[in-house]
Amino acid sequence: MMGNLLDHMGVERDRLHFSWISSAEATKFVDVVKEISDKVRALDTGKKFAKDYTK
Amino acid sequence: MDTCIEKIRTICADLLAKGEVQKVIGFGEGSIPMASRPIAVTSKDDVEKLVFNATCGLNLANYVADAMPKEGKLAVVVKGCDSRNLVTHMVENQVSRDRLYIIGVPCTGMVDKRKIADLFEDEITEFTEEGDTITIVSPQKTETVSKQDVLRHNCQVCTHRNPVVYDVMAGEPVEEQSLDQPYADVDKIAEMDPEERWAHFQELTKNCIRCYACRNACPLCYCPTCFVDESAPQWVGKGQDKTDINTFHFLRAFHCAGRCTDCGACVEACPMGINVRDFTRKLNKDALELFGWEAGLDMEKRPPLDVYSPDDPDDFIK
Repeated sequence: MMGNLLDHMGVERDRLHFSWISSAEATKFVDVVKEISDKVRALDTGKKFAKDYTK
Repeated sequence: MDTCIEKIRTICADLLAKGEVQKVIGFGEGSIPMASRPIAVTSKDDVEKLVFNATCGLNLANYVADAMPKEGKLAVVVKGCDSRNLVTHMVENQVSRDRLYIIGVPCTGMVDKRKIADLFEDEITEFTEEGDTITIVSPQKTETVSKQDVLRHNCQVCTHRNPVVYDVMAGEPVEEQSLDQPYADVDKIAEMDPEERWAHFQELTKNCIRCYACRNACPLCYCPTCFVDESAPQWVGKGQDKTDINTFHFLRAFHCAGRCTDCGACVEACPMGINVRDFTRKLNKDALELFGWEAGLDMEKRPPLDVYSPDDPDDFIK
């Protein structure tokens, strides 16, 4: 529901990720982090919830 | 709906005289027309101060915890939505059923005061209601409108006009509406592309002055220290920065996920006329579609974000 509301507000859905990884699942952890990094990188720098401190 | 007030007063006078309740929370006349406000009555001689009309748009469930007498019972005058918030309060252990005496009022909707004010250029001096006909007077002119034409949006799409829990009803139940498209407003936003949606919410909240009236009017917001007031850590900046405004509105809405009854008190209270329901409506639609859930209807059921069920939707989790 949180992701849906963000998406509804126009924030890219791919910026929010949920996963359940056991401490024994090292490979899954690597895979998930890689997938998240790839997806977020593809979206470019997020400006919507970022404060502009140069002002 | 005016007729209910005599019955409400009789019930309250009787309850107070017999000592069955120590206090009644109801609506009272405001200092200007259409500004009905919550009042507490403790003596049967004061029941004449109670009013009930189409301007009673706030949610009295919000005042229950603060107004609760040390001993004995508190009576509350509730519309359909207020009663659902009382249920939410009870489910969340904020108030116990046996401390409440619930006076249910079947509701045919509340008026949008901004819509009415827009009909006038000068100050409204009088507001009277006779059935479905509303007469509003200002020094310049008198307008007569049908209540249906000036109804608040949340009342137009309300499907729970009758209180879901009560000890006594102050009138005959009214017919419930059935709607083909209850979430047409949400769908309209959903149809836009992401940038348009972002622009829509930026435009919506651009006048926000961070007064927190929406939060204060909301019966769901009872945390002793709200996240916006917390200073260690400070979750959100306190100024008018767009990012802080966005964060406030997003989080305020999300805290209502699966709990909001769409009573409209937030919009009613907003001094800047921001329809903050655009946020909560999306959550209400999702709660209904994903969990078949409408808040405040059942005292025995835990809210969907409060419990785990094996058939909860889980396609978002990797």
